This record gives sequence, structure tokens and C-alpha cells, in this order.
Amino acid sequence: MRDESNDQIVRITRLDRRSFLKFTGLAGGGLMLGVTFGCSRETAEEAAPTTAPTSRPFEPNAYVQITDDRIVIYAPNPEIGQGVKTSMPMIVAEELDAAWDDVTVVQSEIDFERYDRQFAGGSRSIPQNWLPLRQAGAVAREMLVTAAALRWEVDAAECETRDSAVIHTPTGRRLTYFELAAAAAELPVPDPASVKLKDVGDFRLLGSRVTGVDNADLVTGAPLFGIDQQLPELRFATFVKCPAKGGTVVRANLDAVKALPGVLDAFVVEGNGNPAELSEGVAIVAVDTWSAFKARQALTVEWDESNAAKDSWSAAVTRAAELAQAEGTTSVVDKGDVETAFADATRQVTAFYQYAFASHAQLEPQNTTAWWHDGKLELWAPTQTPQGAEAAVAKLLGLEAEQVELHQLRAGGGFGRRLINDPVVEAAAIAHRVSYPVKLTWTREDDMAHDFYRAGGFHSLAGVLDQAGKLTGWRNHFISFSHDGTNPVVGGAIRGDIDPGPFIPNYRITQTLLPWQTPCGPWRAPGSNVIAFAHQSFLHELAVAAGRDHLEFLLELLGAPRWLEEGNPQALHTGRAAGVIRRAAEAAGWGRTLPEGHGLGLAFYFSHAGHVAEVAEVSVGPERRLTVHRVTVAADVGPIVNLSGAENQVEGSVIDGLSTMLGQRVTFEQGRAQETNFHQYPLLRMPRAPRVDVHFIESDFPPTGLGEPALPPLAPAVGNAIFAASGIRVRRLPIIEEGFS
Amino acid sequence: MRLQVNGRSHEVDVVHDDTPLLWVLRDHLGLVGTKFGCGIAQCGACTVHVDGEPVFACMVPAASLEGRAITTIEGLASADGALHPLQQAWIDHDVAQCGYCQAGQIMRAAALLAKNAAPTDADIDTAMAPSLCRCGTYLRIRAAIVDAAGGRRDA
Ligand code: FES
Ligand code: FES
Repeated sequence: MRDESNDQIVRITRLDRRSFLKFTGLAGGGLMLGVTFGCSRETAEEAAPTTAPTSRPFEPNAYVQITDDRIVIYAPNPEIGQGVKTSMPMIVAEELDAAWDDVTVVQSEIDFERYDRQFAGGSRSIPQNWLPLRQAGAVAREMLVTAAALRWEVDAAECETRDSAVIHTPTGRRLTYFELAAAAAELPVPDPASVKLKDVGDFRLLGSRVTGVDNADLVTGAPLFGIDQQLPELRFATFVKCPAKGGTVVRANLDAVKALPGVLDAFVVEGNGNPAELSEGVAIVAVDTWSAFKARQALTVEWDESNAAKDSWSAAVTRAAELAQAEGTTSVVDKGDVETAFADATRQVTAFYQYAFASHAQLEPQNTTAWWHDGKLELWAPTQTPQGAEAAVAKLLGLEAEQVELHQLRAGGGFGRRLINDPVVEAAAIAHRVSYPVKLTWTREDDMAHDFYRAGGFHSLAGVLDQAGKLTGWRNHFISFSHDGTNPVVGGAIRGDIDPGPFIPNYRITQTLLPWQTPCGPWRAPGSNVIAFAHQSFLHELAVAAGRDHLEFLLELLGAPRWLEEGNPQALHTGRAAGVIRRAAEAAGWGRTLPEGHGLGLAFYFSHAGHVAEVAEVSVGPERRLTVHRVTVAADVGPIVNLSGAENQVEGSVIDGLSTMLGQRVTFEQGRAQETNFHQYPLLRMPRAPRVDVHFIESDFPPTGLGEPALPPLAPAVGNAIFAASGIRVRRLPIIEEGFS
Repeated sequence: MRLQVNGRSHEVDVVHDDTPLLWVLRDHLGLVGTKFGCGIAQCGACTVHVDGEPVFACMVPAASLEGRAITTIEGLASADGALHPLQQAWIDHDVAQCGYCQAGQIMRAAALLAKNAAPTDADIDTAMAPSLCRCGTYLRIRAAIVDAAGGRRDA
């Protein structure tokens, strides 16, 4: 049996059902949401059985454990705000036919052998685990049915399951899973591929609204996040790195710092040459976080910057504007006959789009608690890639895999930043040098100065229309960045087959890569989050030039319903695309008469296997003051697991998209990020949050994740709406650079 | 120094007189529900009540609060464990995504409702503007506050 003492446990109890019912009474005439269950908090100790279990638990696989008094479902993947700690167990519970309020959800420990990929990124948690999770529940269900049938001496085919019980349909006899667990534990486990799964139409739990399993802990301030980790004798560290990536320490006033009140130690930690693991810097360990932060104000470091980044955003902007006059030297795709299409065209439109670097700004600053004890390095971290973190730490410190143990804790936002484990490796390197456990906390300024940024970029676009206003040719010279002169940075690549490439007969993308040393990394819907802005805004420019309605222009472009890649359900399907575009347009009242000064803008984008269309309604006031009144979203991501969580992801994507396009940029000079904290990197605040209407088209295709695909269409939808409202075309992000506020 | 937190008295020794309340709560008292987000009064993740007023715990030195009543998210529910109506509304509306900002949001909302039992949407927006939510849960926060205040009123 596993030791659960370190697991975070949330028990969903009947008591909570009562508090839920109490709420429904309380709400009176108020807004009544159909959230199915409340949940209460239990610590590991409270949830652990108080008496020794009478028999061995029924544990048919790594996801399900049933004893005579509880049903545990393990949540394997990191929870970073995308809701997988609730949605993944729901999938198991559906096939198991467990009543959700009987279920206790437990965050799994990191275990390479039990779980395939404990990872959060690329909107992959649900699609990758859909089948295994369903099978895990179905295997357990089948064994419980067999146990009941043996007990009753009846044919298993005469039994059905519902609400954590097996029912013998002809006689109405009923045994709960708790009563059957011991008997089921004695049975052979069937091959997961052999068990029958439910028809999607028979789902009871999936598609309903379930409140997050950690919510009771969250609203009472219980320790949950990486940064909340506490240990006896815990000390507190800060780590100071060169503000330009790649700088190394020449000398530092370590003795003076060590003499400061509250400081326990200060030392140089050598880098390993890989900024994704360990950059060189000075560690200060103190009795509390404030003493560490204060000591760093007295720290002076002389940096050797001969190999450090010298990146300049203003120089890149100037260079890109020059390069944009011609096509790029590297060909990404060249389809049809672009030259002839341009020569024969009736109309040509050109435009230059640009977007700045951006930071992840996940609200929980980077942190890790590490403790080197008994020949073992124990870590507590909010990471999106726990298995990668363990491997990087073992490699750096020359430890065996068994000597590194990482406890996965809830992350206060990820957005791609926590795919990279530099804070985990730093904490490990610091803890390895001292005799007590250490919590490393980055300041917000550290976070903004040492991000793996969303890369900026530039698109020099040209498109041509024939006499009938049909789009016949397209050119894009994409100017982005490279660390090595050959490969684009993360987020700086472009594929030849992205929208609208497949729909235009003569289509060319060329690329130029500017040198860039500062690290870039995945940022929610990498690549798509900015390319969608350039391409889908420019498509609207072409529709306007053709004198055609944007909706009609887009639908014609998509053509007949078909998969773009036959047999690949992760590919774009033009029928699904048209479906969400029509649905969003209809729900937003496309074509209706709008209030004076308002405009509607439409955009579709396909990313992370999700089809999403959005319509924004905006107005532009004096001095380009933008108001976004409403955003209507239609998404086809297959069956919805948790309707509440799914809507939350879409609402959040819209607000994140708007927040980013309005004012967020990180500029660089001499390799240094110029923006340091939220006063210079504004996040959207409540007064500017628009109404968001969400519509799901629940197709029967396999489900895809929803953390990312609703973000890319937002910026072009708003940009197109700004044009409709004001005649001003937005071609630069953030739009404060175009004079908007 | 002696601090009154959630109705209990604590004797705390800190090295620096200017230690912000945030770090006393988190590092010395083990009350980690109050969060660090920016350290410069920009995000509201650290919001607590001092004598019922919302305060950025990252800004105010703990030593200046002797004799004042400090309430953190851990002390918002009543002594018998019954949740504050806002806490229940937050669960019922499934407000949180990552959840990191939510303690600060709830504390700010609680200070609002204590003063204004029936806030309009505009009142809510103004009162809540200091608290950032990186995940963008503002629509649910607004709805949960309206709900906890007794449901939507006709304008
Ligand atoms: S941490 Fe206090 S306002 Fe951000
Ligand atoms: S829920 Fe993540 S910051 Fe608000």
C-alpha cells in the first residue's frame, strides 16, 4: 500500500452535499449555478482510515483504490489552474459509475513506473489520458460487477452499475462498491483493452458542472501551492543572477552580506551553461524571506558580461523594418505559382505586423523547497514537468535517480513557464550546500528578468485578390529570432500548413532569423498566440479590400467539409471550423445594427487540435480608449469533461488574450529586460473584463485540451472589431504602441 | 512584537523592524494563505484586513500593527468553522483556476461587503480593481460577490 502522508487529499463528502443544498436555499432568487457538488477539505491524517482496514484494498490499477469506506481516485498530472485535478478523476469516475460525492481525489506522487507522462503542457493532459483513464474506471467497474455476480450466483450480464453500487436488475438486489471491494481485490485484473466502455451518450457525470476538488482548501487559505511548503528548521533563500543572461560572477561582497542581520550564508553557485537548468549567481540564505530580500540590496556583484546577452529590442525593430521590404532568404513553404498570381491580380494588399516579447507573469512567483538529507535530495515544487525536474537535478548533482524525490505541488499558474525547471535546479544546488531545508523564492523582479519569454516577431504580408474578390495568392516574410543562427527560438517557428495556407492556391512563407541570446520559451499556445493575430487580421484586411463580408469570405475560403489530413482527428476539419464560425457569428448577432460607435470583429483559429471562433464587440472612445463590451466564443473540442472548468478556461483565455494585447511587452536593451514588475507590465483588472459568452459544439471526436486553443483568436477578433468600429487597423501588439489605452 | 491575528495573540521576534506583515504571517506564523505576488502593492495577492480595512500585507511593517486586529483568509470563516458567505459562493461558482489570487480576492470582497451590503457592479469593480487575477476569473468573482450579497438586484 502506498504511503499517503505526503499526498494532498480532498474528500468530497455527503456533508458537502448538505452545504450545497444549503446554498441553493440561501441563494433564493439569486443566480443558481448547477454546480453539482461542494467539497470539503481533509488533511492526509484526517482522510486516512482511523482504524486499520479490515481487508486489503481493491486496487486494480494506478488510478483507483476502493476500501470498505472510501473510493480514492488518483490525479496523476500537475495542477496549474487548468483543472486536471478535477477533470481527470471525473473521467475515471464516469466509467466506474462512482457517485462523485463518494470520491476522494488524491494527487499522485511522481512515479515513472505507475504513470506514463506526468506532465502539463500543450493541452495534452486530457487527449493523452482520455482512453487510459476511461479504461482504468471500466476495469474496476467490471471487476466489481464480477464480484457481485459471483456473490449472487447470477450472470454478470444481468447486472448494472450506478452511484457506486452494482444492481442485479431482475431482482433489484444491490451491493455497494464498499461492500464488494474485498471480493473484487481477489479477482484477476482483465486486459484494459478488453473491457467495454460507455457510449458517449450514456455519460452521466461528464459534461456536468463540478466544482474544483481543491476549492474548499483554496477559499480557506490552506497550504496547497509550492510556495506554501513548510518544514521544521526551514530557511529562506534568494538567488541573484546577472540581469543579462549568461553573465558570470567575477567577485561579490559575500563577507559583508554574511555579516548582515538574519543572514545565515551567502555563496556563489556556479552555472552549468544551460539557462534552462542553472545560471550562475549568488545565493543568500536567511532566517526569513524578508531578511534574504533585504540582504540582496546590500549585495554588490561584479559580473563578467563578455559572453552575456546584448539583445536590443529597439535594434531588432529597426532591422526588421528594413528586412520587411524584401522576401526572406529561407523558404518555409512555396505552393502553386505565387509570382503569376501576384502578376495577374486585380488587387494587392500589403501590411507589416509586429508583436513584442511577453512574460508569463504567472502569479505565484517561482519557488522550490529543497532538502538534502540522508543522502537524498527531497524537493517540493510547482512544476509542469516533474519528471524532467528530477532528472535535471540528478544529472547536475551526480545523483542516482532514486536519490532525488520531487513532491508535486499545485502551481499558481503555469502558462508554459513551469515547463522549464530552472528554479527547481537552483534550489537543489543551494540546498546541496547547506545542512537544513531551504525554500528558494524568486522576487517578481527575478521572474520578469529571468523568464523564458514569448518571442517577439514581425510579419511582412502581401495578398492578392482576383476580379471576383477571391483570395488567390499570399506571401509572408516572417522575421523572428534564433539562438544558434539556424533554428528558430521556441515560439519563433512557423509551419507551412497553418491557417490560411491550405486554402490559398498560391502561398509562400519565407523566414529571416535575427540573432537573439535571451531565452525564449513556450507561452500559452506557443506560436499560435501571435501568428493568429497577424494572419487572421490580415485575412480581414483582404476581405475588406474585396468589399466582402468577413464571415462569408471565411466560409468560402474553408470550402467543403473535410479533414485536411485524412485519418488524423487532431487535424483541422473544415466542417468543424465552419461550425464554430457560424455558431459564434449567430450568437453574437453578426450583421445586426449596432449601437453608435460599436464594431464587431470575427476570427477563427485552429490550434492544439481545438477549433475556436470568437466575435468581439468593441467601441473606441476619444484618444483611442478601447472598450471591449462582449466576446462570444464557439469552440469544438469534442466532448466536454467538466463544463464548469471548460467555461472557466475559455473565459480566462479571453481575458488573458485581451490583457496581453492591450499593454504587455518586455523590451530589452543590453540584454536586460526593461520592465520589472506589474506597474510596467499591466495585467487586465476587473473593471475592464468584458462579458464572455461561451458555446461548445460537443462533437463526437476525441476530446482535445482547452488550456490553450481559445486564446489565439482573441487578438485578431478584437483587432478586426476595432477596425469595424473606428476604421483604425491595429497591426502592432501591444496596442498601446498604436496609441490605444 | 505582539500581534493580534485572527483573534489570537502572537509574540513574534523578527530581525528587521521593517519586516512586512506578509513575511511575518508566512515565514513566522505559518499562515501561508496570504500570498506573495509582487511585493509593491500592485497585485493584491497579499490582502488582509487590519481593523476591517483591506491592506496590502507586503507593504505594511508588522511592527506598526501592534494592538490592531489583523484578519487573514485563515480567520475569515466563523470560529465554529462555518464558511463566510463569500467562501461558499466561491466554491459554488467554481471561481478559481490556479487559485493563487483568490485568498486576496476574497479578503478584498469581504471588506467591501462589510461596508456595502448590496454593492452595484460598478461598486464591485472599483473595490476589486487592486486585485489582479492572472488567470482571468473576474467574471466569476463578480458573480460570486453578487451572490454572497444576496443575489442580483434589479437595477
Ligand atoms: S504582494 Fe502585496 S500587492 Fe502584490
Ligand atoms: S485564479 Fe490564478 S491568478 Fe487568479
